[in-house]
Amino acid sequence: MMNSMIIGQYVPGESLIHRLDPRSKITVIFFFVFIVFFANTVISYSVLTLFALISLVMTRVPIRYVLKGLTPVWFLIIFTFILHLFVTKEGTVVFNIWVMEIYSGGIIQGFAISLRFFLLILVTSLLTLTTTPIEITDAIEDMLHPLKKVKFPVHELALMMSISLRFIPTLMQETEKISKAQSSRGVDFRTGPIKERAKAVVPLLVPLFVSAFKRAEELAMAMEARGYQGGEGRTKLRELKLKKRDWLTFIVFVLVVVALFISRDYT
Amino acid sequence: MDILFKNVSYIYQPNTPFAHEAIKDLSFSIPSGSFVAVIGHTGSGKSTLLQHLNGLLMPTKGEVQIGDYHLTNEEKPKNLKALRSRVGVVFQYPEHQLFEETVEKDIAFGPKNFGVSAQEVKHRIREVTPIVGLSEELLNRSPFDLSGGQMRRVAIAGVLATKPKVLVLDEPTAGLDPRGQKEMMDMFYNMHKNQGLTTILVTHSMEDAVKYADHVIILNNGTKYMEGKPEEVFTQAEALQQVQLDVPEVVQFLTKFQKKFHKQIPFERQTMKELARSIQQMMEGDASS
Repeated sequence: MMNSMIIGQYVPGESLIHRLDPRSKITVIFFFVFIVFFANTVISYSVLTLFALISLVMTRVPIRYVLKGLTPVWFLIIFTFILHLFVTKEGTVVFNIWVMEIYSGGIIQGFAISLRFFLLILVTSLLTLTTTPIEITDAIEDMLHPLKKVKFPVHELALMMSISLRFIPTLMQETEKISKAQSSRGVDFRTGPIKERAKAVVPLLVPLFVSAFKRAEELAMAMEARGYQGGEGRTKLRELKLKKRDWLTFIVFVLVVVALFISRDYT
Repeated sequence: MDILFKNVSYIYQPNTPFAHEAIKDLSFSIPSGSFVAVIGHTGSGKSTLLQHLNGLLMPTKGEVQIGDYHLTNEEKPKNLKALRSRVGVVFQYPEHQLFEETVEKDIAFGPKNFGVSAQEVKHRIREVTPIVGLSEELLNRSPFDLSGGQMRRVAIAGVLATKPKVLVLDEPTAGLDPRGQKEMMDMFYNMHKNQGLTTILVTHSMEDAVKYADHVIILNNGTKYMEGKPEEVFTQAEALQQVQLDVPEVVQFLTKFQKKFHKQIPFERQTMKELARSIQQMMEGDASS
């Protein structure tokens, strides 16, 4: 279960989507999330689905891996579909199940909402699948830059974000290591009554906190020893620059948006 | 307990782009009561191997036998806990696993989990603390107030207190000072001899392997590269260099000695002192003739 979850997982690669400026990816996805709600006809949904699927193929991440990784989300999508199927009472009655009447409107509505949901999750996971957390943080820092004028600590926020993102895998590893050590000492995390299992968490959490605090202290010391000073006057290792491919992406996306709004009127 | 690996492979995160085969088709057997050193470069699959020894990992393919316990991909033994009470694992940097309020409670944690009576636990604590070189007055202190070396000893005491039949050691001396390292290894060796344990030592240190092990397994890229008695394995300097391993100091010395003086002294796992004595005898023999 844990292994197949792909939300937030980065898959290294060299595809065009991987190499796009993270800011363009964030911008496109941000607007995509909005325009999904404007689709209302078969053609307009097809336009958006096509855009999402082509992007997915272009990332060269194995499609089966992505679809399997969305397993927990599939349940939500199917649940939404069934809910709409039974609750919506528009159009004509198509057939009866037991005491429930299924309306044609319900089927259409169910499909539409589930598709929206699927597209939203697919496209947003494309961002994390192809962008390293560091890139995302850099992009957010850059995009929040105007807020500096109102004394918003943009750099500090970005630093906090990148440090916490950086240490998530470390903490996961640490958790696994300690849980293995404690399992070897006879702790059972998987079976037994809930009360016992809750108690079993203590030998895991205490060492984890101890090491996290130690690590934080060491990091702070190392940064200070190297004269770290954030914000003003600090140059960047990775400069973000929009390239030709980014402008191309914007153009394609604008075309998609135009196509969407035209197709809204054709049924 | 006899340990047997039959064509064992293990794949991390199978069926994902991150799938990684850490050990491939590995077979070997460890008879009960032997002291085995597992040596290999970083990433050679040592840690993966040792996690199979108490059922933390189940082989993706093949079979692991530890005494009467069979571990395969299909069947998980129901009594993993019983297996773990027989196989004690000292992980790398074991001091990271300490969590109790007092040293005494932390040492008692393992045996208690395995259902040892309170009285027996008390008895074992008193037995184990002098072995690892801890003084009794530390028992009521918090383990987090101790020095790194002392914390390590507490953690090891916690594993020994479960009275395992098989002791698995993953670089138990990493990060200790030279004297601490020697004390620690001697302590494990004495335990091994006195209690008839089966010991598996995962290490980088050729010197430790020569000194303590009676069987050596060299891993490279998840497969068995060499296996045999230390005196057989460690004299093959070229083969070892291929996998970025050095031969022990004594062997290095013997090779150089032979080049310079054209006299061959066979490698019999002698210590520095013994070696010095045999050279001395050789020279005296030369002088008198």
